[in-house]
Amino acid sequence: MEPNRSGEVWVFAEQEDGMPHDVALELCGKARELADQLGVGVGAVLPGANLRESAKRLIAQGADNVYLVDDSRLEHYQTGPYARVLSTLIEKHRPQIVMYGATPLGRDLAPRVASQMRAGMTADCTRLDIGDVTDPKTKTEHKNLLLQIRPAFGGNIIATIVNYDRWPQMATVREGVMPLREPDDSRQGQVIEETVEIDEAELALRVIEQHREPRTVNLKSARLIVAGGAGVGGKEGFDLIRELAGALGGAVGASRAAVDSGFIGKEHQVGQTGTTVRPALYIACGISGAVQHRAGMEEAAKIIAINSDPDAPILSIAHYGIVGALNTVIPMMVQAIKERE
Amino acid sequence: MTHSRLTDNFQGFGHKRFAELVAVPYDSIVCGKQVPDTANVTVDAMKDDGTVNRAALPAIFNPEDLHALETAMEVRDEYGGTVTVLSMGPPKAADVLRECLYRGVNRAILLTDRRAAASDTLATSYILSQAIRTIGRYDIVFCGRQAIDGDTAQVGPQCAEKLGIPQVTYLERVVGLTDDVARIRRNVGNGWEVVEVELPVLVTVLETANRPRPPAAKLVMRYKRAAVTAELAGRVKADMPDASDEDCRAEVDRRAEVLADSDLLVEQWDLERIGADLSRCGMAGSPTKVFRVQSIVLTKDDYTEVPPTEEGIRQMVHELITDRTLG
Repeated sequence: MEPNRSGEVWVFAEQEDGMPHDVALELCGKARELADQLGVGVGAVLPGANLRESAKRLIAQGADNVYLVDDSRLEHYQTGPYARVLSTLIEKHRPQIVMYGATPLGRDLAPRVASQMRAGMTADCTRLDIGDVTDPKTKTEHKNLLLQIRPAFGGNIIATIVNYDRWPQMATVREGVMPLREPDDSRQGQVIEETVEIDEAELALRVIEQHREPRTVNLKSARLIVAGGAGVGGKEGFDLIRELAGALGGAVGASRAAVDSGFIGKEHQVGQTGTTVRPALYIACGISGAVQHRAGMEEAAKIIAINSDPDAPILSIAHYGIVGALNTVIPMMVQAIKERE
Repeated sequence: MTHSRLTDNFQGFGHKRFAELVAVPYDSIVCGKQVPDTANVTVDAMKDDGTVNRAALPAIFNPEDLHALETAMEVRDEYGGTVTVLSMGPPKAADVLRECLYRGVNRAILLTDRRAAASDTLATSYILSQAIRTIGRYDIVFCGRQAIDGDTAQVGPQCAEKLGIPQVTYLERVVGLTDDVARIRRNVGNGWEVVEVELPVLVTVLETANRPRPPAAKLVMRYKRAAVTAELAGRVKADMPDASDEDCRAEVDRRAEVLADSDLLVEQWDLERIGADLSRCGMAGSPTKVFRVQSIVLTKDDYTEVPPTEEGIRQMVHELITDRTLG
């Protein structure tokens, strides 16, 4: 597809229980910021059924145009028809950027759309900026590209990905990575009704059984989080983490290493592949601080790191660093917290 | 409009008539990738252009691909059929194929071609889909959900799109296969669902799906010498450093023939073999470009080192109460 420099910045508006998913609202805010830099509008693509309320919400979060595709066959997500909706509308309106939440649904949908469009797609961006890029081979300068920034290679480096010869520029972003702005209910926007031809063959899946698990761990909205890593040593070690979290009235988090080692369930995972959090206080216990973990928690207002390794990278981003063994330091903290009452 | 395996794939074989009488075998293709062990990476392993110097790193079988292989093997155990494994990578990636042969796959193919290097997920999925078309008959393509060197989870869905077949991501288990319909339980993040889909289909498999079988000792003995021609070429060069190119080629051919006689020559395909359009492969076929690679410098201006003593910790907690971090 030919570049369209005046095209809008788009957000795919995933629905959850009849309202836009938080990540879609967060992305509307980011889209607003990018679009203002580019001097273009923000569009949100909203497929589903009974979407009026959702459309209003997207406008309040920063969308100028909501492309609404109301079709009963789109009420429950499936890849084929949703991908068809996105590619059809992208062809028609030619946005320059399309962003998706990196939810299980978004990560199922976005690559299928990218393949249909033969466009680039960068997964799990932790930052998105606008910038100029010079092609090292042709020395051609490309102005105002989307800089798609993400940890790569197991989190050992930060890579900036761009695409300049294929459009649109597309990226997914994890929930919580972009801040959720205050909605502005007085914002005006347009709701544009679209119809998209859906081939029956694209409705390939039949859901015959469904089971929802209620969110037992709500890390995203927790004000205080105590998280354990590989240094916790085992399942029993997490009792100590829970004790401190209990004393603080906070939630229990974990690094990927702790989750992968089976110390605790995946629903507790903080980081690029888990939940991204912005608590008032984050206490990292026995977490070395790989970039993927840091990507999920470094926006915390205050960070305490407890680690037996004085060279652990987590100490470099902490406000308070305590070099010592968890099983001596944590009980002292519990004690000190109880004393304050 | 449906993709019926009975009509599309078994045309003329009369299977439809017998479908109710015999267990229908299913043919699977597994995409398996060799990946650098990202737990042990240093910045030294990165080249200046931002691509990865894979040769400098320990290489392993991508964990979720091993679960994809196991799922395919379980289907074969239960319903019969075949498992073909396909890997794209440098000659060294034949390690992954040997690992598959040790676990009993029917056929292994290495797609290796310098012109495929530096492919992003779009180019990779194009190349894989061309290879899958070249293999021809299949009911289910199994991929791991994602590879640990990129964590993108894009190649599976993109490959399905290129093949024009449905995708079922995040497979937890195959509930059952009946004629041309698969029933699959998939994880949807906040729970799970069971979906029905007509074959052929591409699935991406989670590591929670199963416990991969270990290599079978008998098969390790049988296949440890299995190799692709490109590996033989490397060995011949090392064994005969002074030989002419012509002599080297002749020696490679000779060794390949010996292996082939014992059924140990692993198939090696290049981009011509799969009829690939070169403009869609490698760097040329990759819309995403790595513009910059950085290792991160960590800085914090207001760092306080707290001694691990009761007094030190009490002081810290006091400060946190004072600044209202703790209510």
